[in-house]
Amino acid sequence: MKRKISLLLVLAMTTSFMLAGCNAKTGAKAYVESDVIKIGVFEPMTGANAAGGELEVEGAKLANKLYPTVLGKKVELVFADNKSDKVEAASAASNLIEQEHVNAIIGSWGSGNSMAAGDIVMEAKVPAVGASCTNPLVTAGNDYYFRVCFIDPFQGTVMAKYAANKLKAKKVALLQEISSDYSVGICKFFSDEFIKLTGDKDSIVAKSNYNTGDQDFTAQLTNIKSKNPDVIFAPGNFTEGAMIIKQARQLGITAPIIGGDTWETPEFLDIGKEAVEGTVFSTFFASETPITSESKTFLDAYRQEYNKEPAAVSALSYDAYLVILDAIKRAGTADPVKIRDEIAKTKNFPGAAGVITIDENNNAVKDAVLKVVKDGKFTYLDTIKPEQN
Amino acid sequence: MDLTTFMQNLANGISVGSLYALIAIGYTMVYGILKLINFAHGDIFMMAAYFAFFGVATFGLPWYFAFIIAIAITALLGVGIEFTAYRPLRGAPKISVLISAIGVSFLLENLAVVLFGGRPKAFPDVKLFTDVIVIGGVSIQRLTFIIPIVTIALLFVLLHLVNNTNVGMAMRAASKDVETARLMGINVNRIISFTFAVGSGLAGVGAMMWCVKYPQIGALMGMMPGLKCFIAAVIGGIGDIKGAVIGGFVLGLTEIMLVGFFPSLTGYRDALAFILLIVILLFKPTGIMGKNLTEKV
Repeated sequence: MKRKISLLLVLAMTTSFMLAGCNAKTGAKAYVESDVIKIGVFEPMTGANAAGGELEVEGAKLANKLYPTVLGKKVELVFADNKSDKVEAASAASNLIEQEHVNAIIGSWGSGNSMAAGDIVMEAKVPAVGASCTNPLVTAGNDYYFRVCFIDPFQGTVMAKYAANKLKAKKVALLQEISSDYSVGICKFFSDEFIKLTGDKDSIVAKSNYNTGDQDFTAQLTNIKSKNPDVIFAPGNFTEGAMIIKQARQLGITAPIIGGDTWETPEFLDIGKEAVEGTVFSTFFASETPITSESKTFLDAYRQEYNKEPAAVSALSYDAYLVILDAIKRAGTADPVKIRDEIAKTKNFPGAAGVITIDENNNAVKDAVLKVVKDGKFTYLDTIKPEQN
Repeated sequence: MDLTTFMQNLANGISVGSLYALIAIGYTMVYGILKLINFAHGDIFMMAAYFAFFGVATFGLPWYFAFIIAIAITALLGVGIEFTAYRPLRGAPKISVLISAIGVSFLLENLAVVLFGGRPKAFPDVKLFTDVIVIGGVSIQRLTFIIPIVTIALLFVLLHLVNNTNVGMAMRAASKDVETARLMGINVNRIISFTFAVGSGLAGVGAMMWCVKYPQIGALMGMMPGLKCFIAAVIGGIGDIKGAVIGGFVLGLTEIMLVGFFPSLTGYRDALAFILLIVILLFKPTGIMGKNLTEKV
C-alpha cells in the first residue's frame, strides 16, 4: 500500500514538473497592447558594482526625462537591482519580465550580470540592450541581447597596442579578477595581442588572480614585483582596481598600471587618491570630444541635472534607451518581438556616445577613447578607431 | 623565491594575520561565555567602520577622537544587540540564538545599505599609519608594526581581565555554568552585557585598523572578514583568547604564502580558508589551543 502511494506521489510530481517545464518553454506570451510602455532598468544598485550601476541608472533616467513618450504613450522605467550577483541577476531579470511585463530591458553594468540574464530574455523573447557590458559572450548566440558599446577583443587590443607602442613595454604582468567574465576575457585578448605585437611568447611575465571583494592584493603584487614588469594590466572592478594601485605603490612598484572601462567611477578616484594619478584606461566616450548633436543635448542636460561631468557609461545607458525608443517608433508597436527585430536593424543612429550601427552579432562598432587620471580627474587622452586596428 | 620577496610576503602575512587575530578575539570571547557563535560580529565590525567614517568625514573630528568614539558606540551597539536579540532567548535552545544571530547579521547589512547607500566609500587616510618604511628592499607600512602591537597588547589586557579580576572570575564562572553562577550571586546578565561590550569594542578596534589598511568601506564589507575570523577562532580553538590570536596569524600567513609560493592558485585563496576549517574540524575539532571539555548535560 505504502509503495503504491509513494509511486503515485512520484508520478504526480514528475508530471507537474513536466507541465511546469512546458509552461516555462512557452514563456513568451502573446503581446497585449497597453497604455504605458515599460522599459526595465536592470542594473547593480547595491554590492560591489553599485557605483557603476548607479551611473547607468542616471543615464537612463535622464533619457526618460528628455524623451518621456513614444507612439503617444508614456514610457515608464522599472528598476531592478541585480545586486552585483549572478544569482540575484537571474531572479531580477525574471522578475522584470514575469511580474512587471516590461517591453524591453536596459543593462547591465558588468558582463557577468548581463550574461546571467541572457537565457531568461531569450526564452521570454524580450529584447535587452546592454550599455557597457563588453564581453563577447553577452550577445553571442543570443538573438535578444544587444549592446551599444564595443566589445573586449577590441578593447583588449587597444590597450595591448598602447602598452607596446606608447609605453614601449617588453614585459607585462596581468592581474585579473577571476570571478569577473569581463576581466578574464579582456586579459586574454590583451595577452594574445601583446604577444603578437612583441613577437615574444614570454612577454607576459606574470599572471595573477583575485576575487571580487578582495581587499588585500599584497601577495599577488609581491610576486609581480619580483618579475619586474614594464607595465601591469589590471582590468576589473573599480574599488579593487583602486586598492590594487594603492597597494602596488606602497610596495614600491613604479611600473605604469593600466586598465579598462570599468574604472571610470568617482569611487576609483576617491579610494585611489594620489596613487591613481597617471593611470590610463580605455573607455567609450569623453565629454571633451562630443561626437554627435545628441552628445551636446546629453552633456547639457546631464550637467544641469546632476551638476557634474558624465561618465561614459551614463552616456551609453542613455543611448540604450534611445535605441529602444527608436526601435519602438519604427515598429509602430511595443510588441517585444517586433522591437527586437527593429533594434537589430539599427543603422547610423546618432547616440550621445557616438554613431550606433548594430552588426550581425548584435554589437555596436565604435571608437575607443583613452583616458588618464590627471589632477584627480578623468581626462581625455586619445581616440582609437576600429579600422586602425 | 628570493629572500627579499620572501621577507615581503612574511611582512604581508603578519600584517593580514594580526588583523584576523584582532577580530577573532571578539568572536572567541562571546563564544567562550555564551557558547554562541555571534554571526553578527562581522557586521558589527562593518558598523564600526561607518561610525569612524562619519566621525571623520561628516563631523570633521580628528581621527584619534573619531576612532575612540566609534569604538565606544560599537561597544554600545553590541550591548544593544545582546539585549534585544539574544537576552530574550536566554532559556531557548542554542539553535534559536544562532538563528537570531544570523537574523541580526542580515538586519545590520540591509540597514547599512538603506542608511549609508550601496556604493562603497573611501575611508579617510591616516598618514601616521600608512606611511611606508623600506628596510632592505622590503616595503612595510607603519601599520604592519602597529597592528601586531595593538593585537598583542589587547591580548595581554584581556588575559589579565579574564584571569586576575573579579569580573573575569565572574565571566569564567558564567562560562562554566550560568545557573550555578547565578546561585553564587553573580549578575549573569550584566556579565554577558559586559562581554558583548568588550567583544564588540574589539571588533571596533579591528575595523579601525582594517579600514586604515584597506581604505574602502561598504555595507557588505563585514561578511568575508567575519567568516575568516570565525575560521581563525576555530583553528585556534574557539573560546580560547590566545588560540584566536594564534589562529589569526596561522590563517593570515597561510593565505599569503599560498599566493606567494603558488601564484596560479591565487583564485582559491578564500577557498583555502574554508578547506583549513574543514580539516581542523575533521582532525582536531577543539583547535590548536582547545581543551577537551566534557559536555555538561
